[in-house]
Amino acid sequence: MIPQLSAQGLSLWRGGRSLCRALSFALQAGEALQIQGPNGSGKTSLLRVLAGLGRLDEGELRWHGDPTHRSLAYRNALLYIGHQNGLKSHLTARENYLFYQSIAANSSEITADEALSRVGLKDAMDRPCGRLSMGQKRRAGLARLLGVKAGLWLLDEPLSSLDAAGMELVSSLLDRHLKERGVAVLATHQPLLGLGTALRTLDLETAA
Amino acid sequence: MNALQALISRDLTIAYRRWGELMTPIMFFILVTALFPLGLSPRSELLREIAPGVVWTAALLAGLLGQESLFLSDYEDGSLEQLALARLPLEWQALARTFTHWLGAGLPLVVLSPLLGMLLQYPAAAMPELAFGLLLGTLALSLLGAIGAALTVSLKQSGMLLLVLVLPLAVPVLIFGAQSAAQAARGEDPSGALYLLAAMLVLALVLAPFAIAGALRISLES
Amino acid sequence: MNISWTWFHRLASPPHFFRLAGRLAPWFGWLALICIAAGLYGGLWYAPPDYQQGDGFRIIYIHVPSAYLSMMGYTMLAVSAGIGLVWRMKMAHAVAAAVAPLGASFTFLALVTGSLWGKPMWGAYWAWDARLTSELILLFQYFGFIALSRAFEDPRSGEKAAAVLALVGLVDVPVIHYSVVWWNSLHQGSTVFVGAGSDIATSMLVPLLAMIAGFTAFFVACLLKRIQLEVLERESAAAWVREVLEDA
Repeated sequence: MIPQLSAQGLSLWRGGRSLCRALSFALQAGEALQIQGPNGSGKTSLLRVLAGLGRLDEGELRWHGDPTHRSLAYRNALLYIGHQNGLKSHLTARENYLFYQSIAANSSEITADEALSRVGLKDAMDRPCGRLSMGQKRRAGLARLLGVKAGLWLLDEPLSSLDAAGMELVSSLLDRHLKERGVAVLATHQPLLGLGTALRTLDLETAA
Repeated sequence: MNALQALISRDLTIAYRRWGELMTPIMFFILVTALFPLGLSPRSELLREIAPGVVWTAALLAGLLGQESLFLSDYEDGSLEQLALARLPLEWQALARTFTHWLGAGLPLVVLSPLLGMLLQYPAAAMPELAFGLLLGTLALSLLGAIGAALTVSLKQSGMLLLVLVLPLAVPVLIFGAQSAAQAARGEDPSGALYLLAAMLVLALVLAPFAIAGALRISLES
Repeated sequence: MNISWTWFHRLASPPHFFRLAGRLAPWFGWLALICIAAGLYGGLWYAPPDYQQGDGFRIIYIHVPSAYLSMMGYTMLAVSAGIGLVWRMKMAHAVAAAVAPLGASFTFLALVTGSLWGKPMWGAYWAWDARLTSELILLFQYFGFIALSRAFEDPRSGEKAAAVLALVGLVDVPVIHYSVVWWNSLHQGSTVFVGAGSDIATSMLVPLLAMIAGFTAFFVACLLKRIQLEVLERESAAAWVREVLEDA
């Protein structure tokens, strides 16, 4: 069966330093890949390359068997939530959510009220994001997981700044995404519980 | 609401909520223009002669001063990455966002120009031509400045470098713009220079979005 | 067709280009020496003094080739940077990086010689003549390219950003030139340079052509050497580079 996401011989250099060499992996539907490694090992860079933002120096990436390079289909199939939340501090959480729904290729039917309540921002959704706490901002950013439909989730440090309840929320969202035959790649050194055999890990320190 | 409308609406909303920050280039424009009579001489004949050049140079510098903010905050909070992944092509985004940015940074300069012309003894009869020329010129400069902003957005201390990169490219706009204002002041027909300004604007409209989008992708690369 | 593409692709390989550049450079160097020597003899001794400017005009033998090379250099810069950007060839970016300081130096030389010529011509070291003004702006465009390519932490991003700038600048170069000519013609009467489009005596023209050829050959020789240096720096991790350095 053709893997959903497959990488062959990926090599990355940033600032003269090799981040990974000849990295290969294949993800089937319902699987998640956790990229581990100490700070500065290149987790974010690799994730950005998978998102099509970062420069890939060598190697090939395929989505459903087709090359991802300059592929609109690939871009529309992925949802990337970076280390920063991508929230405009002058807009409210609701406005940010609605904006991301309008520019996404496939938005879901979940309204801003519903999504933001589910991530625990019921009382804070109409405050400018600049006035939210770090944890609240992270939740607001993660609300997009509900607002946009995507087969591939690329999440950079999704658990950072979150309390136990927040982490559980992310785990449950991820679990449901995988059960619905999506794939995910996460960059985090924190352990992800409850995903069982669906979770594969990759250590960047050994891949460099 | 489609993606382009959402983007324009977002930019306008943010600009409206940050209106205080928009004041700086406008203040700069007024101050720089006022410096010339103070630094040179308040004699009317001299001021009248240098007025076209001064107003245009001040508009150029004020416009470029404000240009840095076009993409910087989006780069810093991670929105630029998301916009690069949106379903709207980056080239269209470049055009739309440069225009909304101009509404806050360039249009006020056009509106203020008669006032500043008056400070420099610029003839009132030629004010419409002055403003129209600046309309064309500030639009073209916004596009050129956006290229510079896109190239330098990921760099530290990008402001100075932006100026250094864009000023040589902006020289034709300055030359034809100031000429049109000077010709209008002398009672001559400025349409030749204005047509050339319009031609440069059209060239910028067609080519700049590609340069801006390409530069943004490169800035997001590492 | 097949053969020419292979040649093009082989040029893109750093070690091949390195060896080729090393072999060609001395030839251009000798050609430069011969042409410049001939040109200088013809220009400084053989050609009679200009009836208007006396001996002062002789600076054109350095000024004109420098100005021509400054423009050709920028075109080479933009074209090779563009090729590097579009076809993602590392060698093309190396060529662009090598041309930049060289072209900038010739632009500076053109400005200095133009300015020195200005003193006897106009009585001042600087005048906002159309050509000199365009040259000055061109110098800033060179500086901008070099500054931008060095400003990035990751040099590969830097060279791509600089390539975008070079291409935008290339479109702008004719626009700048014609706008300055137009501006200048409104400010002062058009300045006629000896040899610029007007009838020029053969005795003056031949040495000038020799100097242009000589300067160009010198430019190419320097460029080939600079490209070799760039390639060594960029490919410093490669095995073939270590071999070359051991042989040297």
